[in-house]
Amino acid sequence: MQFLSQLKAGQQAVISAIEAEESLFHRLSALGFRVGKPLSIMRRASFNGPLHVRLGTTDVILRVTEANRIQINAI
Amino acid sequence: MKRIALLGMPNTGKSTLFNRISGASARVGNWPGITVDLMSAKILLGGNIAELIDLPGIYDLHGFSEDEQVVRHFITNNPVNLLVVLLNSTQIDRQLSLLLQIKKLGFPIVLVLNMADEAKRAGITIDTESLSQTLGLPVIQISAKYGDGLPKALEAATTIINQQNTTTNPQSISLLLKEEHDIEHEMHELIQQHVQIPATLTDDSTDKIDKVLLHKWFGLPLFFAAMFLLFQFIFTVGAPIQDGLAWLLDLIRSELLNPLFSDSPKWLSGLMLDGIYNGVATVAAFVPIIILFFLVMSMVEDSGYLSRAAFLMDTIMAKMGLDGRGFVMMLMGFGCNVPAIMGTRIMRSRSMRLLTMLVIPLSLCSARMQVFIFMIAALFSPSHAPLVLFSLYVMSFFTMFLTAVLFQNQYKNTEPFILELPPYRFPTPRQIVLRGWHEVKHFLNRASKFIVLGVVLVWLLTNFPSNVAPASVETYAGQIGVFFAPILDPIGINHELAIALIFGFVAKEIVVGALAVIYGLQGDALMVQMATQIDWVQAMSFMLFTLIYTPCLSTIATIKNESKSTAFMWLSIIWSLGLAWIISFVFYQSARLLGY
Repeated sequence: MQFLSQLKAGQQAVISAIEAEESLFHRLSALGFRVGKPLSIMRRASFNGPLHVRLGTTDVILRVTEANRIQINAI
Repeated sequence: MKRIALLGMPNTGKSTLFNRISGASARVGNWPGITVDLMSAKILLGGNIAELIDLPGIYDLHGFSEDEQVVRHFITNNPVNLLVVLLNSTQIDRQLSLLLQIKKLGFPIVLVLNMADEAKRAGITIDTESLSQTLGLPVIQISAKYGDGLPKALEAATTIINQQNTTTNPQSISLLLKEEHDIEHEMHELIQQHVQIPATLTDDSTDKIDKVLLHKWFGLPLFFAAMFLLFQFIFTVGAPIQDGLAWLLDLIRSELLNPLFSDSPKWLSGLMLDGIYNGVATVAAFVPIIILFFLVMSMVEDSGYLSRAAFLMDTIMAKMGLDGRGFVMMLMGFGCNVPAIMGTRIMRSRSMRLLTMLVIPLSLCSARMQVFIFMIAALFSPSHAPLVLFSLYVMSFFTMFLTAVLFQNQYKNTEPFILELPPYRFPTPRQIVLRGWHEVKHFLNRASKFIVLGVVLVWLLTNFPSNVAPASVETYAGQIGVFFAPILDPIGINHELAIALIFGFVAKEIVVGALAVIYGLQGDALMVQMATQIDWVQAMSFMLFTLIYTPCLSTIATIKNESKSTAFMWLSIIWSLGLAWIISFVFYQSARLLGY
């Protein structure tokens, strides 16, 4: 089982599951995080800072804590 | 009157569209069921007047942020004739969910797809005609930035409004809102049938810029270098304009007003010239620099660079219990603290909101900047001036960080940090001009209320009772100064400065105006006079106090409104006053000890 937070910059993956409470789940899905959607990691900030992720046409930044809630299958 | 509400996701150019339709006629108003103010404007639509309301940008009708609740409360409490739903053409694949949520509620809708220009560049084509047929509502692609397609959109809105005389029923909407349906599924189908999106965006200029500006190691230094250069630009360009305006205002007084009032009674010419004219003119001389400042700020804001700053700063902010968005609010606070405090609405955790709200009033806003430019010009050499101003900006960050670190345990939170990164955009001249005009209006508004009233009060206090010498210890102002002397003497603030500080509670613009009135002088003469009265250590202590204590009444009122807590408002006031006094005390006493 692999999480979004474990990916390196430049890697691509498909979302396999999202484990979050209702409000966070809503927010994630409104920004395009849905099971089956492909994404790619654009970059990671230094000192384990936020991740810059691209889903389709949308760019999103999120912290490692939130990225830990998203399971993926790396491509 | 027909009522139209404008609804859309954040970053879709909703305010740009609203401003374009409403021109400059927008006003702020209260609405049933919600506690925050919304912008609205009366517009002419097909020969009838209609009211257009700008609802906050939301991602989801069922979300939990304050903005999302505001929209829900608005539509379940206020009947409307039409909803204009604005989506971003380049992100239609995920934004369509909002439209479908609203459509399920049975609203009459016009769907407007903004950023047609960007979509075209990205190679996204939307068949608006077939989409319109499937959805059963008008779909119009526009570019709010350039105004393309706007007449067509307004025409569609007019048609619907004229056909339909009934308004929506808030109660039935309230019931329907409770049911959420298979939105995911429908959205997927629609996108598959009507929209073609290339696998990667063809316009990769944003990617190229990001490679440099979001660089692992150079990103943050580049950001601060960019900010520093922008400030240099503002002062290099603004200072000569300011000098010119001050000279002109001086000339008006000596050539025009002095002869005009030469025959009127002494008290009248005193009040009009030494009071109102000196006070307001001294403040007005700063307007060009403030306009320039806001123009640059709004360009940075609209460009998308601030979201990048959030990405770069988040790791450091997390150490203080805040997040990258908090840093963006701090930067917005450099313009004006009030909108920055209102901006904390995007945070869902109350603890984080409160901590951010406690920090923002310490940000060096443009009104404080006026005081500093004025004091620095009077007391420091031109070669030291940039350094002194820079040190005040550093001090502003220091007090914000200190406050956050000290209070982070009281406001512990687990607010998730997820933020959309919009592509880089460059504002059009029209947007820039509108923004500049808005700031001039804002200043004139404050000038007519606070500043005139403030300087008149200061003039009365420094000139009465009438049997004593103006501005002496025997006047009311002098007595107030004596009363506060035990607290203010240890930080080097004399009676004259004390009066300016007290009026600075209302608004920082009054501080400079008050000094002009207290000394009865204006322009260069005022600065020369001040330099003989106080030394640079006192001036610095005065500036530190001005920087840290409560920015203005509007900020206090906003803090109370947004936190819905009087106790929190008092905490903010007392903390900032206490911190201001301690820092000024430490600075003043150690400078004197060192022999300065």
